[in-house]
Amino acid sequence: MGLEILVCIKQVPHPDHFSEIRLDAGSGRIIREGIPAIINPLDRNALEEGLRVKERFSGRVTVISMGPPQAQKALEEALVMGGDRGVLLCDMAFGGADTLATANTLFYAIRKLGKFDLIYCGNETVDSGTAQVGPQLAELLDIPQVSGVWEVAFGDEKTLEVKRALEHGYMKVRLKLPALLCVTRDINKPRLPSVQSIMEVAQKEMIIWKAKDIGAPPESIGLEGSPTCAAGVYEHKAGRRREIMQGSIEEKVHRAVARLKELGAI
Amino acid sequence: MNNSGEIWVIGEQRSGRLEEVSLELLSKGAVLSQRMGVTLASVLLGDEVDEAARELVFHGAEKVYLLEDARLRYYQSEAYARLLAGVIKEHEPQIVLIGATEIGKELAPKVAAKLRTGLTAHCIDLYVGEVDAAPQLIHVVPGWGGNLVMHIICPQRRPQMVAVKPGVLPRAVRDKNKVGKVIKVKPDVRDEDFRRIDTVEVVEEPPQGKSLESADVVVCGGWGMNAMGDFSRVQELADILGGVAAGTRPAMDKGWVDEAQLIGQSGKTVSPGLFIGLGVSGAMHYTAGFMGSKVVLAVDRNPQAPIFQMADIGIVGDLREVLPCLIEELEKDRTPRRF
Repeated sequence: MGLEILVCIKQVPHPDHFSEIRLDAGSGRIIREGIPAIINPLDRNALEEGLRVKERFSGRVTVISMGPPQAQKALEEALVMGGDRGVLLCDMAFGGADTLATANTLFYAIRKLGKFDLIYCGNETVDSGTAQVGPQLAELLDIPQVSGVWEVAFGDEKTLEVKRALEHGYMKVRLKLPALLCVTRDINKPRLPSVQSIMEVAQKEMIIWKAKDIGAPPESIGLEGSPTCAAGVYEHKAGRRREIMQGSIEEKVHRAVARLKELGAI
Repeated sequence: MNNSGEIWVIGEQRSGRLEEVSLELLSKGAVLSQRMGVTLASVLLGDEVDEAARELVFHGAEKVYLLEDARLRYYQSEAYARLLAGVIKEHEPQIVLIGATEIGKELAPKVAAKLRTGLTAHCIDLYVGEVDAAPQLIHVVPGWGGNLVMHIICPQRRPQMVAVKPGVLPRAVRDKNKVGKVIKVKPDVRDEDFRRIDTVEVVEEPPQGKSLESADVVVCGGWGMNAMGDFSRVQELADILGGVAAGTRPAMDKGWVDEAQLIGQSGKTVSPGLFIGLGVSGAMHYTAGFMGSKVVLAVDRNPQAPIFQMADIGIVGDLREVLPCLIEELEKDRTPRRF
């Protein structure tokens, strides 16, 4: 027996390189070339949580990601951390997906993989950061879901009590498995891979599926399955004064403070 | 876009008090409803919250659909999502605006998925424009690499849903002479709404100290603070100005600020009288968090940094020199006069 656990991860651009990122003017998509990629930070917390639950109740941890071929690197890293098998959903047909089309893609893949007791997602990604795919996926799967989770307590194998963040305080939510949890950074500290786990990775299963493999209808995935789409990228007119102070450091600072006073800002 | 179908603002209340963002959404809702010639309505779920419903009217809602039940006192994941999707299906609004609070961020995607419709997150502005010669509601969201924004549209499916973070839009003006209809809708609350998931407790912890959102001055450190090696002088500058210290994501990753002080897409949006950016490069992901500030002062060593496009006053220079000098200059003003 044991629990079937699924962890959804996304490969994202490294936050240190955000100011170098450019967008394709037409599609609004990120141009990824030359930008180092990492596992979305909160997805590591999601994976850690999945691994801990497996260690406690036994079971299997499957890690899934939708992305370009290089996203396999992120899955391999997840397997090094302790995941049991990886599933990469990789097809041009998945491209241009908004959050609903992404959730749909994951839904069809999960339907093919079989039943899961617990699904973990990072609460949001550092790139698009919508926090939408987790709740949308749960709706499509028709299972209960909680966002902003920072503490999980098991009643038994089938009941959980979680604490989820509010702006000022928290909410305690009780839920029955199967369920989907979107976790925050406070929930745990993700582990570092052991030497042993690095050696075991080669034996682990890596599934790569295209749209036809998961039986996803074209109208529910990718650009076609996305209710929303980008209509262009524009320069934001900030309407600021843009006065650059001149002189030595002391002069610049002196002038800046004088201007702030004139503007009534201090 | 057409002149049938209302514009809805999802009202959010906690313990009977409306969240500020609901009132902020009503200001934008009013602009759109006038432009499009349609009704601005709001929907509110809760228990004995008719006073909050009236507040929605005072802030511009011409109609409020009110769903009251003792079991809707707190946000309940399945009940709220199912009832909200149901009332949307019944009345077919064309636009639904929702606040991206901790609860709204969970509720909105659930409802959008139930309705199989589009939901745009992180919207910073909304207006009726044209795309390929057709009128569309333009959802403006932060882009990347400097001062770029992206326009998102939802051309086919209805309603189109848009989430806006608290603090982004101005609050609607309250006018207690405004009249509107409060329509009581008897919610069909079922036992099975709570069988799989149930909110059992809500613990409210009022924030300690000055809050970032209400501060007049915000001093914010970013990636460029790395050169300083520590964050203490950011706090010092904030203290001198009677403000609050904050950081963008790189500062949080360094452990210099916690999540409550995070500015930007994954954090908070502020609009103080004075915003000081120290080594904040100006990636739109971060700048969207302070665009509404009255005056922006930026310090960065890179004269090409996009932040200078978004600043009123810019100082190009090494923070290790500029920051102590700035603190000294402001200290002078603060020294009490001796008689």
